[in-house]
Amino acid sequence: MIVSVIAKLFNFRPVLTALVGIVGFSLSGPIHGEEYVEWEAEGLAIPEPLGGLQGDPQRGKAVVIDRDRGNCLACHLMPIPEEPMHGTVAPPLNGVGSRLSEGQLRLRIVNEQRVNPNTIMPAFYKRPDKYHRPHPAYKTTVLTAQEVEDVVAYLMTLK
Amino acid sequence: MTKWYMQIVPFALLMIPGSLFALEPQSSYELLSEELKQMQDDDFANPGMATVDRGRELFQKPGFNGKSCASCHGDDGEKLDPERIAAYPIYDEEHGPVTLQSRINQCYAYHQEEFPLLYDADELIALETFVRHRARGEKMNVDVSGPMREHYEAGKEIFHTRIGQRDMACVHCHETYAGQRLRGQILNQAQINGFPIYRVTDGNIMSLHEKFIGCYGTLRAMPYEPGSQEYIDLEVYMSARGNGLPIETPGVRQ
Repeated sequence: MIVSVIAKLFNFRPVLTALVGIVGFSLSGPIHGEEYVEWEAEGLAIPEPLGGLQGDPQRGKAVVIDRDRGNCLACHLMPIPEEPMHGTVAPPLNGVGSRLSEGQLRLRIVNEQRVNPNTIMPAFYKRPDKYHRPHPAYKTTVLTAQEVEDVVAYLMTLK
Repeated sequence: MTKWYMQIVPFALLMIPGSLFALEPQSSYELLSEELKQMQDDDFANPGMATVDRGRELFQKPGFNGKSCASCHGDDGEKLDPERIAAYPIYDEEHGPVTLQSRINQCYAYHQEEFPLLYDADELIALETFVRHRARGEKMNVDVSGPMREHYEAGKEIFHTRIGQRDMACVHCHETYAGQRLRGQILNQAQINGFPIYRVTDGNIMSLHEKFIGCYGTLRAMPYEPGSQEYIDLEVYMSARGNGLPIETPGVRQ
């Protein structure tokens, strides 16, 4: 009897599941601890760079590829043939630099839901408390302001 | 000269609600490789059958008062009604929505005078796999009328709510873009007729609520606990959403 009670208390599976949920992701730690910078949209664009930062296309390309940061290739086809298996969920980004202005691109990265509320695309830079039930290790924007500017700079090179 | 009513046709078409064009439910089995399909279809190759066997052992194992599940339901669960199994989760006046797993747990605690197990305990997953396997091929038929409607709507709300830092809802991948590719992976409809499933990548059996927790992790969201009201509501919604699909337990998945 007592043995069976102890056996039941030590049934680890649900406990493990909960732990994997909580500890597993905490181990990878917060992505960044940077202060959030307010931004303002004018129409369907954010004309001013976030925090007045200057973007770098090379770093932007790295963010685009990185599965933990931009992970753009999960959904978009992009002119990066060295990376395998681009997604088919979202429109291809080849030539997007000539279709959209810098400010329009910035809003679409920062919060595409302003343009299309039903989009699958996550907001990469909305106020951190606007994300619903984020994991404690991820209570920040997805990208830093600098990374957003880097991606904008990279996309502007896709003419 | 076209007839006057021909000009109304495009407008009339616009008036038809989009829900009428909702996706036909499709089991994620259809998206498996040939190899995995064969693995699931062949009981000797399906690794999930080991869990079914373990479930059968537990089914026949006497509890505190010497009774086992088999005492009432037959040694191989042959007295269980497949139609009834396919109707879970059901609504119960006393407990609200009851999933198959909570029903097994209640039965175990009440009739065998045992302490109830934790939700998603190994034993419960094995028992659930065994019991659901008894209804393999039976079409899912969950009734969400009456008081169940409220839980169906609550589950639907969760399914449509963006969660976590990844800021996406279930509906985006598993309905809007089902069939498209996310990197190399084809998005399925998240139908749950194969659960509990054997996951080839884990090499282990996986319950539905464990799968939910996995998805919450992918979206960098704080998961709910197994057996929580939120996940039970979600299970109610997703089961009803897949009504008509045959039960595949134990399904084999990537």
